[in-house]
Amino acid sequence: MKPFVQKLDELTPEMVALVDRVVEEHQNDPTQLVGILLDIQDGVERHYIPEPVAYYLSQRLSIRVTQIYDVVTFYSMLYDKPRAKYTLEVCNSAPCRVKDSDTLVETLKRLLNLEVGEVTYDGRFCIEKVPCFGACDVSPAVRVNGAVYGHLDSEERVLDMLRQLD
Amino acid sequence: MSENMIHLTINHMPVEVPAGTRIIEAAHSIGIDIPHLCYHPDQSIKAHCRMCMVEVTGQRKLLAACSTLVWEGMEVITDSKRVYDAQVGVLDLILADHHQDCLACARNNNCDLQNLCRRFNRLKPDLPDVSSKERPRLDNPSIVRDPTKCVKCGRCVKVCTEVQGIGALSFTGRSAACKVTTAFDLPMNETDCVLCGQCTLVCPVGALTEVDHTSHVRHALHDPTKHVVVQVAPSVRVALGDDFGMEPGALVTGKMVTALKMIGFEKVFDTNFSADLTIMEEGSELLDRIKNGGCLPMITSCSPGWVNFMEKHHPEMIPHLSTAKSPQGMFGAVLKTYYAQRMGWDPKDIVSVSVMPCTAKKFEATRPELGRNGYQDVDVVLTTRELAKLIRYEGLDLKRLPESEFDAPLGTGSGAGAIFGNTGGVMEAALRTAYELYTGKELPRLEFEAVRGEVGGIREATIDLGGTSLKVAVANGLKNAEEVIRRVESGEADYLFIEIMACPGGCIGGGGQPIGTNNAKRQARIKALYALDKSLPLRKSHENPDIKTIYEEFFDHPLSHKAHELLHTTYAARPKRYDFTPYLHGTQK
Amino acid sequence: MGKTVSFISRNFGRYNPASLASYEYIGGFTALRKALGMDGLEIAKVLSDNGVQGRGGAAYDMGRKWSQARAVEAPHKCVVCNADEGEPGTFKDRELIRNDPFQLLEGMIIAGWSVGADNGYIYMRGEYSHLRPLLLSAIRQCEEKGYLGDNILGSGFSYRIHLYSGAGAYVCGEGSALCESLEGHSGRPRMKPPFIKQCGAFHLPTCVNNVESLSLVPPLLLDTQGFYKSQGTPDCPGTKMISVCGNVKNPGVFEVPFGITIREIIYDLAGGIEDGHQLQLVQLGGASGRLASPAQLDTPYTYKDMKAADLTAIGSGAILVVDERTSIIGFLRITQQFFFHESCGQCTPCREGNLHIRMLLDKVAAGTHTEQDIRLMEKYARIMSTASMCGLGETAQSALLSAMKRFPEVFAIKKEVAVR
Repeated sequence: MKPFVQKLDELTPEMVALVDRVVEEHQNDPTQLVGILLDIQDGVERHYIPEPVAYYLSQRLSIRVTQIYDVVTFYSMLYDKPRAKYTLEVCNSAPCRVKDSDTLVETLKRLLNLEVGEVTYDGRFCIEKVPCFGACDVSPAVRVNGAVYGHLDSEERVLDMLRQLD
Repeated sequence: MSENMIHLTINHMPVEVPAGTRIIEAAHSIGIDIPHLCYHPDQSIKAHCRMCMVEVTGQRKLLAACSTLVWEGMEVITDSKRVYDAQVGVLDLILADHHQDCLACARNNNCDLQNLCRRFNRLKPDLPDVSSKERPRLDNPSIVRDPTKCVKCGRCVKVCTEVQGIGALSFTGRSAACKVTTAFDLPMNETDCVLCGQCTLVCPVGALTEVDHTSHVRHALHDPTKHVVVQVAPSVRVALGDDFGMEPGALVTGKMVTALKMIGFEKVFDTNFSADLTIMEEGSELLDRIKNGGCLPMITSCSPGWVNFMEKHHPEMIPHLSTAKSPQGMFGAVLKTYYAQRMGWDPKDIVSVSVMPCTAKKFEATRPELGRNGYQDVDVVLTTRELAKLIRYEGLDLKRLPESEFDAPLGTGSGAGAIFGNTGGVMEAALRTAYELYTGKELPRLEFEAVRGEVGGIREATIDLGGTSLKVAVANGLKNAEEVIRRVESGEADYLFIEIMACPGGCIGGGGQPIGTNNAKRQARIKALYALDKSLPLRKSHENPDIKTIYEEFFDHPLSHKAHELLHTTYAARPKRYDFTPYLHGTQK
Repeated sequence: MGKTVSFISRNFGRYNPASLASYEYIGGFTALRKALGMDGLEIAKVLSDNGVQGRGGAAYDMGRKWSQARAVEAPHKCVVCNADEGEPGTFKDRELIRNDPFQLLEGMIIAGWSVGADNGYIYMRGEYSHLRPLLLSAIRQCEEKGYLGDNILGSGFSYRIHLYSGAGAYVCGEGSALCESLEGHSGRPRMKPPFIKQCGAFHLPTCVNNVESLSLVPPLLLDTQGFYKSQGTPDCPGTKMISVCGNVKNPGVFEVPFGITIREIIYDLAGGIEDGHQLQLVQLGGASGRLASPAQLDTPYTYKDMKAADLTAIGSGAILVVDERTSIIGFLRITQQFFFHESCGQCTPCREGNLHIRMLLDKVAAGTHTEQDIRLMEKYARIMSTASMCGLGETAQSALLSAMKRFPEVFAIKKEVAVR
């Protein structure tokens, strides 16, 4: 098992390669910062923007690190703190809530023995409540690393979804 | 002309203003102050605080007076019930999110929010307290941030980004978590911040203030074993009066000296003296660099915000900085060596206080280069604002005080020293001395209008030094400084000498000046300092008799060994938070 | 399902969305060819003649928007496709992109031609990242075939489309916040003036249109028979993409003629309420929409009728149906939580108002509220709608204010509290 990485304190060559690749893919264009950060975050195991990565990116794009920090804290899909490998994002907006997403949250909490916002000891799972991600026709729904799992209205289906994550 | 004028009414009063005027300015022109927090006359419009909502006939929504341009036939109402309810409602919302420890706040009685409360007769809002419980951030020698008081007006962000080009502060997060802070919430000194303090000058409340050192001074004054000596920077005398309701630019030198003596300082000296000393050293250094192929252009080093900027952002340019200490630094060194010897005082027993227009000076005084044998040359730095506090503490009415003179011998300054306080002044002072030292002839005309100027901007000039031409540049505000550096680094300009002041207008617009300092007041102070210079019999640094004496008795000559030891300093690149050099040069595996 | 129509969604299922050739095979890019032979103002006139109102929520006259954009004189202009569909309960744009990406691109190219832009930007919400590869490949294919790039189809018109991503910020649906985000900043709305039509993304004159608005353009240009105008009501002709969700049997996206009633939408298209439950309220137009009571179900779905019934006039096209299992206060708390999360925090009324109203609603839910609390709630809801800087703060309390009007009983003071 890979060691549990709490927080990245120094930049690694892998991170540099990741940032360089993503920045190239976005034509070194600082206006595409939001997309760049999303792609970097996708490539980081714990799906967040580590501080040294932000500093490196600011040099790479010749923008202020304050701008990066502002953007990371502003957009709800960007994170400045480590999350889980699989963060289970449960929609917390009305279309899912009226379809009883509260029960879905309770089921997830029970199955994973986890509170909302907590990360499992191995860094694999975390439950978060997020605003509408546009899967209202299949509510209640969960989004994991960009993939939507809908109709999670029974424990059976929730378990199915969790199994697919391994 | 008349077709560019717009006719509107405000509270049924007809008003005529040029096209492009905003409602808030139109109202101001007829003496109506529309309540506001984020609006600042020197800044671009933000329209965040929504205090200035007014009613315009025919409009469904209330409009923000700060952002709405007037139009022909507009009817503005600033005092309807709807307007009142909205303004008081917004005020209540702000108050509920504002830590109200007014009596202990640095901005008590000098606070835009407090003024609004007084105006609307609000004490406590009808809403529960939702203010942040964060601790004040006392993480550097210059500036305190108290996030519990921040009203998110964004003035500090604007000045830091648009005027200074630094961008150390920014809005972060959103909704109730929206706050103004540094990248990754780091201590200011660990960010791009250079501690210029411009943010403290525009903050409408007590969220950004100078670190208060008045109690240090009071303790020292109450200690009979100490010799508490004060020096006052050139720009303080034309700004202090602001805090006592005097005309902008009022010259209060004599009253200020009286106040300082009444407060209890044993000696009251003038930083203008050491400004003259700086000119001797810096001017000689410039001529030396030109003669002996030193690093050119040479750039002035008296503005500590600017020095921080170089060390943090342009370490590659450090060799260009004059090694001459700032006038504050020189004064401290002279005080604890030459003057201490003269008086037979042990330097350990001297408490060296300076009154500066500047928050970065507080940091400068802590530099290890500015001290020796375990003591610092300057022990306590007060801003102009803190001096005003001390004067109030003493119960003095500055306006009614008699005038007194600075003490000798460190109290004599020339007109050249006086104009150190404004942009272009160091340049002009240096040119007066450099010309005469270089050519050996008397300068036919003392005024160098070409380097004088207004707040903001960059000025370039070519000065004739008796046949040799000297290309110079003057800039104030760090965004302009950055542009000057760009011109130098790109080879676009071939200056020999550059004066840079971190703050707009120079020290008269410094981050430690009275609250309410704006560009109009800066202009008035600049005018006052030039008038002061003109009125003085002594206008060249090298003709200052006390300067001559100190070289005869102590330093021998400019750039002497002793001068180097005491009057010059060194600079070093500040370590970066992360060093990516190997990666940026493509050497990664 | 005789009540749905197929105009904007005419290509759904008819071609392979991943293939340009497949789109061309069913007649794709005929509209662009036609448009390139028309003057920009002529195209705008087609929109005006058909009474098309923008589909993003503000319902601005689209033909007018385009002719105004064309009239702005500038060396460079841009078109922005707002695909930040953030209103909870709205997913019609998702279906339009997923099923018919080329029609959207075709509409955007026509928009560029019509207003005289040289670049188009699609700003798609981060939550739709799974649609990125599809759109990117569609753009690439169009570039290869000469529908994008220099001198499009030999017309001398050069235009490029760029795909930008949001990252979870509802406020970025607001035009100027979207422009900020496009420039790599946080999506905090800008002060106006200047308006984005003069100075928007990258400081260029910017014409922002919703996905559905742009997707509507190609079929409309080819609609020589006047089919579109024959739909809907005389006052409000045409068709509309709607998304229905909540406690209905068949949630989904439907294309309907204007003038259909809300009842027909819920019972005939969406299959009615889930078994054994009764309809309690309907929220129209997403979280910023007002609440309709069951008594209002026969309101025709047109801008005018909805407005007359004091409901949100169409808005994003979302219809969220809620049955008795969710209490009204519970529902308002959910909506309030959403706005509390999504306020950009820049202006006072919205930043602070959402926080306080959230706390007051918690009190109402707990039954511990007083007359004063209700007064404060209404007061700040009104201040938010009249003094906020952008549309988010302005509409955040629509649901609450409409509920106070339509369901006053749920705000009644509990006796014990009133006595205390």
